[in-house]
Amino acid sequence: MIRRRTLLTTTAGMLAAPAILRAQTVQKLTFYYPIAVGGPLQAIIDGYCKGFQQETGIAVEPVYSGAYSETLIKALAAIKSGAGPQFSVLWASEIHSLVDQDILVSLDEIGLDADAKTWLGGFFPAFMANSHADGKTWSVPFQRSVAVFYYNKDAFRDAGLDPDNFPTTWSSLGAAAEKLTQRDASGRVTRWGIKIAGDLGNAQWTFGALANQAEQVLMNEAGTEVYFNKPRTIEAMEFWQSLSKQHHATPDGVSNWPQLSPDFLEGNTAIIQFTTGGLTNFLAKAKFPFGVAGLAGKNSPHTVVGGANMYFFKSASPAERAASLRFARWISQPERAADWSSHTGYISTSPAAYETQTMKNYIAKVPAAGLGRTFLPVATGELSVHENQRVYAVLTDNMQACLGGTKTPAKAMEDAQSETDRILKPYKRA
Amino acid sequence: MRRETIHAYLLLLPALVLLVAFTHWPAIETLIDSLYATPRGAHPAPFVGLANYTDLRDDPVFWQALRNNAIYAAATIPVSIVLALLMALAVNGALPGRSALRLAYFLPTMLPMIAVANIWMFFYTPDYGLFDQILGWFGGGRHNWLGDTSTALPAMIAVAVWKEAGFFMIFYLAALQTMPMDLREAAALEGSSRLNYFRRVTLPLLMPTTLFVLVNAVINAFRVIDHIIVMTRGGPDNATTLLLYYIYETGFRFWDTATAATLTVVLLTILALSAWLQFGVLGRRIHYR
Repeated sequence: MIRRRTLLTTTAGMLAAPAILRAQTVQKLTFYYPIAVGGPLQAIIDGYCKGFQQETGIAVEPVYSGAYSETLIKALAAIKSGAGPQFSVLWASEIHSLVDQDILVSLDEIGLDADAKTWLGGFFPAFMANSHADGKTWSVPFQRSVAVFYYNKDAFRDAGLDPDNFPTTWSSLGAAAEKLTQRDASGRVTRWGIKIAGDLGNAQWTFGALANQAEQVLMNEAGTEVYFNKPRTIEAMEFWQSLSKQHHATPDGVSNWPQLSPDFLEGNTAIIQFTTGGLTNFLAKAKFPFGVAGLAGKNSPHTVVGGANMYFFKSASPAERAASLRFARWISQPERAADWSSHTGYISTSPAAYETQTMKNYIAKVPAAGLGRTFLPVATGELSVHENQRVYAVLTDNMQACLGGTKTPAKAMEDAQSETDRILKPYKRA
Repeated sequence: MRRETIHAYLLLLPALVLLVAFTHWPAIETLIDSLYATPRGAHPAPFVGLANYTDLRDDPVFWQALRNNAIYAAATIPVSIVLALLMALAVNGALPGRSALRLAYFLPTMLPMIAVANIWMFFYTPDYGLFDQILGWFGGGRHNWLGDTSTALPAMIAVAVWKEAGFFMIFYLAALQTMPMDLREAAALEGSSRLNYFRRVTLPLLMPTTLFVLVNAVINAFRVIDHIIVMTRGGPDNATTLLLYYIYETGFRFWDTATAATLTVVLLTILALSAWLQFGVLGRRIHYR
C-alpha cells in the first residue's frame, strides 16, 4: 500500500517535472505594444528587446498592435480567449477597469523585495498616481507625457504678442487667442487662435487639465466617484466653451485630435494643446519657429499627465510574471529611460534619468525637451474610474453637446454626473 | 425518391455545416447571452430574463442610434440606387471615353473603406479641406463638417453613397447590356417615346437587379461602419452613432457583453424583418424572365 502510494507520487513528480522546469526557465515573453501613437518607434523597441535577450537569455517578442484603444481591445480579447501576452503597454488610466476584469497580477503578488521597492519609489510620483488601486501597485510607468501648449512664435509676433512670454492665466490666454485669430476682408478666419481636442478618447484628457486648472479633481482615488457637477468643474467647461462663444478664437463644435498637428503645422492654428510626445514630430516638420509652454490655469498653470504603463497578466506563469517584471525594471533603468525619452519626446519616468549624460546632451540640443518635466509638480492624474471607457463616453457626449451649443455647461455637467453616478453605483457598495 | 432526398441533403451538408457553425449557432448563442448579465471576472453570469431589454428601452443612446440608422438607411439606399441607375444608363450608350468613365465610376468601390474614409477626412477638413476651399471661392464660410452635430450624419451618408453607387452601377450595367435590342426596335415601330420605353420596358426588366441591389443596400446600411470608426467615432454627441457601431462600442470598449448581445438581437430582428419584406412581399411582384 505504502509502496504503491510512493510510486504514484514519484510518477506524478516525474510527469510534472518538465512543466516545472519550463516554468522556471522562461525562454520567451510576448507583449503588446501600441505602435501607432508616437511615431516610428519599432526599431527602438526591437533594439531594447534584443538588448534584454543578450543580457538575460530571455527573448521578448513585441506585438505591434495599433493605437492605444486597439491594443486595449486586442489584449483583452486575447486574454479572454485564453491566449495572449504576458504583459502589455496600456493606458495608465485604465487601471480600475483592468483590475475589475480580473486579468491583472499586481506587482506585490509577483514579489517585490526591498530593492524593487526602492526602484518603484524612484519614479515621478505624478506618474505613479494611476498605478495604485485596492492598496496594491498594478503597473509600471513607461511612456508618459503631460499636456502642453505648442505655439507658433511667428503668429505671436504678428499679433503683437511677446513670443517669450506665454500667458499663464485663463483671462490672458483668452485675450491672446483672440488677438491671434486672423480674419480676411470677408470675415473668413485664416488663422485660429487656439484649438483643443474634444473628440472621443481625447476630450476627457483635455478636460482633466482644464478641471485641474480650476483646481478641481474629477474623481476619488478609488475610482468610484466623479465630481463633474462641482461648481469649479462647470467653470472649467464654461472656459472651454468661451473660447469659441466669447473669444471666437476657436471653431464652434468639436476639434478632433488627429487634426491638431496638421492644423498647427499648416499655420491654420496658433496654439494647440497637445502631448509632449508630439515634440519630435514638430521638430522635424514645423517650418516656423515654435515654442512649448505649460498649460495656463484659472489663476496659475496646471496640467494633466497622460500616456501608458506596463501591466502584467494573471494568465502568465509565476516565472513568466517574474521575467516580465524583470524586463520592466531593465527598460526603466535611468540610462535606458533617457535613451527612450530622447528618441520619442516622452518624459523620462524617473528623476534619475535626467541626471544621465544622455539626457543632459539631449536637453542641451533640444531645450524644449527639458520642459515637460518642469510641469509635473502642477500635473494631476488622468480621469480614471471603474467602467472607464463608458464614463469617458458619457462625459465626452455631454461636453460635445455643450460645445455644439445644445446644452449649457451646467446642464452638460449635471447630465454627465447623473449618468456616471448610475454607471458607478454597483462599485460604490463594494 | 427517398434516396434522392438523402443525396440532396448530403450535397447540402458542407454548406449547411458552415452556415450553422458560423451563422445560426452564434445567432442562437447571442439570443441566449442576451438573457444573462455580463460576467464579471471569473464569476458566472446570472440569468436576468428580459432585464437587458428593458434597460435598452431606457437607454437614450440606443434610441438615437436607431434613429440615426433609420435616417442613414433612408438616405443612402434610394440615393445610391438611383445614382447607380443614372450612371449605368450614362455609360451604357456609345460615347467617347466610355470605358474610362466606367472605370471612374467604379473606382470608389475598389478602394477599401478605411482609405476612402481617410480621403474624405481631408475633403471635410475645416478651412483648408477640399470642400471649404471650393466653397471659399464662392464666398462661402468655414464648415466644421464632422464636428457639428447637424452636418456630421449627412457627411457620413455622402461617403457611403459615393462608395456604394459605383458598385451597384456594375449590376445595372450588366443587366442593361443583356437587354435584347429587338424590344427597342419593336417599341420604335410602335412609336413609343424614349421615356415611355424606359418606364414600360427597361425599368420592369431591371426589377430583379433592383431587388438584388436593394437587398445589398439594406445590408450595407447596417453593416458598413468603417468610416464611422475612422472619421467620427460616433460623435459629436452620438450624432453619427449607428447601431452596429454602438454594438462594437458596447461590446469591445465597455466590455458590456450582455448589452452588446441584446443590441445584436435587435439588429438581427431588423435585418430578418427587412429580408422577409424584400423577398416575401417585393420578390413576388417582380417579373423574372
